[in-house]
Amino acid sequence: MAYDKFNILKSTAVPLPIENVDTDQLIPARFLKATERVGFGDNLFRDWRYNPDNTPKKDFVLNNPIYSGKILVGGKNFGSGSSREHAAWSVYDYGFRCVVSSFFADIFRNNCLNIGVLPVQVSPEFSEKIFAAIFADPNTELEVNLPEQTITLLATGEKETFEISPYKKDNMLNGFDDIDYLQSIKPEIEEFALQLPL
Amino acid sequence: MSKTLFDKVWDTHVVRKIEGGPDVLFIDRHLIHEVTSPVAFLGLKSRGIKVLYPERTFATADHNTPTINQHLPVADPLSANQLKALESNSNEYGISHWGLGHQKNGIVHVVGPEYGITQPGATIVCGDSHTSTHGAFGAIAFGIGTSEVEMVLSTQCIMQPKPKKMRINVNGKLGVGVTPKDVALFIISQLTTSGATGYFVEYAGDVFENMTMEGRMTVCNLSIEMGARGGMIAPDETTIEYVKGREFSPKGEAWDKALAYYKTLKTDADAVFDKELTFDGSSIEPMITYGTNPGMGMGISHDIPDAAHAEGGAATYAKSLGYMGFAEGESMIGKKIDFVFVGSCTNGRIEDFRAFTSIVKGRHKADDVTVWLVPGSHIVEAQIKEEGLLDILTEAGFELRQPGCSACLAMNDDKIPAGKYAVSTSNRNFEGRQGPGSRTMLASPLVAAAAAVTGVVTDPRTLIEELV
Repeated sequence: MAYDKFNILKSTAVPLPIENVDTDQLIPARFLKATERVGFGDNLFRDWRYNPDNTPKKDFVLNNPIYSGKILVGGKNFGSGSSREHAAWSVYDYGFRCVVSSFFADIFRNNCLNIGVLPVQVSPEFSEKIFAAIFADPNTELEVNLPEQTITLLATGEKETFEISPYKKDNMLNGFDDIDYLQSIKPEIEEFALQLPL
Repeated sequence: MSKTLFDKVWDTHVVRKIEGGPDVLFIDRHLIHEVTSPVAFLGLKSRGIKVLYPERTFATADHNTPTINQHLPVADPLSANQLKALESNSNEYGISHWGLGHQKNGIVHVVGPEYGITQPGATIVCGDSHTSTHGAFGAIAFGIGTSEVEMVLSTQCIMQPKPKKMRINVNGKLGVGVTPKDVALFIISQLTTSGATGYFVEYAGDVFENMTMEGRMTVCNLSIEMGARGGMIAPDETTIEYVKGREFSPKGEAWDKALAYYKTLKTDADAVFDKELTFDGSSIEPMITYGTNPGMGMGISHDIPDAAHAEGGAATYAKSLGYMGFAEGESMIGKKIDFVFVGSCTNGRIEDFRAFTSIVKGRHKADDVTVWLVPGSHIVEAQIKEEGLLDILTEAGFELRQPGCSACLAMNDDKIPAGKYAVSTSNRNFEGRQGPGSRTMLASPLVAAAAAVTGVVTDPRTLIEELV
């Protein structure tokens, strides 16, 4: 599915300094019953965000109006658990375009890259700095520069570089997905299939 | 150059390497279910493309199917709609569909091996993280997202950077009451829930060599719970004996060719891993989890660690214990439980029901405990009956449900109520995993059985009469 191109994102950020945020928290299984990709943003962090009677939980960060923005800053080992791409869809559909963490679970990171959410892995020290800056001033802006592969705390100018494969970077910059690429090499795939052992 | 088992299977399936990018990996067998496939089919439709090799994809419904009265229409309209979508999409694109009521219907990672879809040295994917189960056969098997499901349907390939390689060796004799589930939970407790992220694991050593295929599947199934993309075990006679003659296994000449390939599937003696760990099997106890991720597990006779000895930050640890209603330093033994769940792609196979039955035989279900016994497939269900296990279970006050994922992720009606405690043989104890507010303790079928008959967390070794 096509997504918006990603280039330079300048935004305030929402802090969630909890470790091992798993996919069942990002989107509980009972909200995976759709056959179309609609409405997932409403159920992002459903059980942390809402009481059983659907009233908002006041102490959860997404319900705190002083925090907003297109960047979600999470704790270590963000996105562990299930392969459900719905978790990444929820993040995107809620309005986040970038997740920052000092460590990402593998499948979640992959899913994000496939749907246009940029996972930015920073050092534990820089992660701490970002959290401290946002808690000190919720209007703190971050700049995520994909062409330069940098993330900057704009108030102080402190920055760090992050990793992304040149292939995925090119995809994100242009809003391409892997299916376009795979379709283009189909004859090669069909020929390859003929010589497999199984 | 020397290669690991993982290298051999991976390299055999690389269509092309992209400079500065992932490998294009050919997928031999693709499994789909109702939850993670509908949007992939929508993608195919919107792009106007076909399924390239429909005979390489197999569909089964499992995640939100009911586990009682499967002959009746599915009551939940959203679940019914997903099941219908899987059927119509499969029919439209010529994919084998084993829907609710079909004799081959069951949990995708249970029926795949049972029907010989799973083969040594194959690449196998499914939109489900526990696809790692199939690594028990020496396959490269891992979970993928829905975008990748669409890639496999349309081109039989996905694009993946090659993971790093880790070998985990466990040698020694396992103690009485220690099952493959305990070995896996022990390893995860040592590595933590993210300790193998970025790696593909090979399990080696006599503990795994001595396991049945069912036991190996339980171990490989849980690889994802320490962050690994997958885990695998080199195929041996046990493996070949299991796959031979199954419905979708190669036959005749194709079998001979496949067998020659299977024999090549082992790590070369001097191959190098990025990381290698070794554990002593004889030191492993029956395990139980006390927190909200599978890495928060310990030997059942231990006390809950204090925050200073736990992995991760104190705030996260306190949140986790707070959710469970437990405190640092407490013993788990004797804690009251409300539910027991035996089933899932982790422990829903015949061996698991044999283990459970071995403890409850001649005893009776505790009055205030609700027990859900859910076989992984109709084959498992039939075996339970044929082996006489059902009679023993009935005598002890238990009932058997029908195959499906059930309370593992509570997408159907099998939900643990808020605040209630469940001893579960499934794979995740995340907050709310088994129902909003549910509290899960992961354990083996033996620990589950001990809890089911006593109503409290109990060391199963105290109920095993013939201690060797």
